[in-house]
Amino acid sequence: MAAAETYPDDLKYHREHDWARVDGDEAVLGITWFAQDALGELVHFEAPTQGSHVSKDSSYGEVESVKAVSDVIAPLSGEVLEVNQSVLDAPETVNEDPYGAGWLLRIRLADPSEVDSLLDADAYKQVLADQ
Amino acid sequence: MSQTLLQTPLHDRHVALGARMVPFAGWEMPVQYEGVIQEHRAVRTDAGVFDVSHMGEVEIEGPRAHELLQSLLSNDLDRLGSGDAQYTLLTNERGGIIDDLIAYRLTDFRFLLVVNAANRDTDVRWLKEHEISGSDVRDVSDEYALLAVQGPNAIAKLGLETATQFTFAEERIDGIECMVNRTGYTGEDGCEVLCMAEDAGTLWDAVLAHGVTPCGLGARDTLRLEASLPLHGNDITPDTDAISAGLGWTCALAAKDFTGSAVLRRVKAAGPARKLVSFVMEEKAIPRQGMPIEGGGEVTSGTHSPMLDLGIGMGYVPADRAAVDTELVIDVRGKPRRARIVKRPIYKREG
Repeated sequence: MAAAETYPDDLKYHREHDWARVDGDEAVLGITWFAQDALGELVHFEAPTQGSHVSKDSSYGEVESVKAVSDVIAPLSGEVLEVNQSVLDAPETVNEDPYGAGWLLRIRLADPSEVDSLLDADAYKQVLADQ
Repeated sequence: MSQTLLQTPLHDRHVALGARMVPFAGWEMPVQYEGVIQEHRAVRTDAGVFDVSHMGEVEIEGPRAHELLQSLLSNDLDRLGSGDAQYTLLTNERGGIIDDLIAYRLTDFRFLLVVNAANRDTDVRWLKEHEISGSDVRDVSDEYALLAVQGPNAIAKLGLETATQFTFAEERIDGIECMVNRTGYTGEDGCEVLCMAEDAGTLWDAVLAHGVTPCGLGARDTLRLEASLPLHGNDITPDTDAISAGLGWTCALAAKDFTGSAVLRRVKAAGPARKLVSFVMEEKAIPRQGMPIEGGGEVTSGTHSPMLDLGIGMGYVPADRAAVDTELVIDVRGKPRRARIVKRPIYKREG
């Protein structure tokens, strides 16, 4: 079942509907409730390979629903340490739990100061309200 | 964005059910209620209902209605008795497909055509341009609503008797007078129910009360693609012909002449240069309309199959590479992805 709409306070957000959970020099990345709801049930995640580099504000992969394809934008730059295998196997995990089991990548940050440019939950909610 | 979208008589009910409404062929239509995959499965395992009131209904009446339609439609109306329906094509001079539709023989002098929403105006204009004295063409779309009730339990849930596919009858569903057509676009058993527009809400409520799941256009597309049923505008168009599309069986080339039939006979005799095939992905990827197929060809429809949990699609390939089990390579946004041609339909329920 789809999750209820939430934007947790402990995450940082990118206006292209991505989130980051920063922990020291690593971060876990995913897409927001709004993004998964707009797409509908996900059926495919085209992921970058482990060890590749993702760049802030650039696409690092694609998520697809039955009807649509969307680029996934990296909120931060870094090296891919891990791709979430359970999302590759069962993409609907993103719909069920976008901030938990439905995370997409774990990266090692190239430049931790980039975090300062991300939005907090209230600012991201304002982005959604302004759309 | 300034264009005003048309609404079916059930619009408010869709909104009340929480449907996501999208523009489609000039109409504001439900693409999904709960979710495409869930609705798709409901039709494959139980019963689902689609509001397809956006589709067009055209009546052709008169002593020469039959003659007019025999000259414009590809299939042979003489194979239809009263109470029979037929899948047929409206063709142009080049043998291209203006629309695919279902023709119903109401009486010997009165026929009903149910046509695609996107082609309603084109079809009506074409039919009127070719009208002959003694045949009257009328667009009656606004008078009717159309519900497709599809799935293995659809007929039983509506309290109807089983009947032969491609037949129709006047029936009552919970007291509401309707024309029940044993037709559909999902590859499942079921019917398409035509009622007066003012009865649509009552009929819709009655169908839902029988435990039928409301389904949107999203599931309609995945269901028809699993069933290898072509979509006009994607897989068949005014620039593609019936022989290349594998619809030669709808063309009565031996029995009669109709618009473009001479061209179609030549294509059939020479063999088409390319053929419409159904395929499944051999790698994790979802084919989409417009993606190139290596060696010359193009995807015309693609999606994720909820039943097979694979990417599936249809597309045109060179005729000498169109055999079942032929490997295809599809360019999925720059990445080559392997696919394999399969027999139609792509998916059919066991039993």
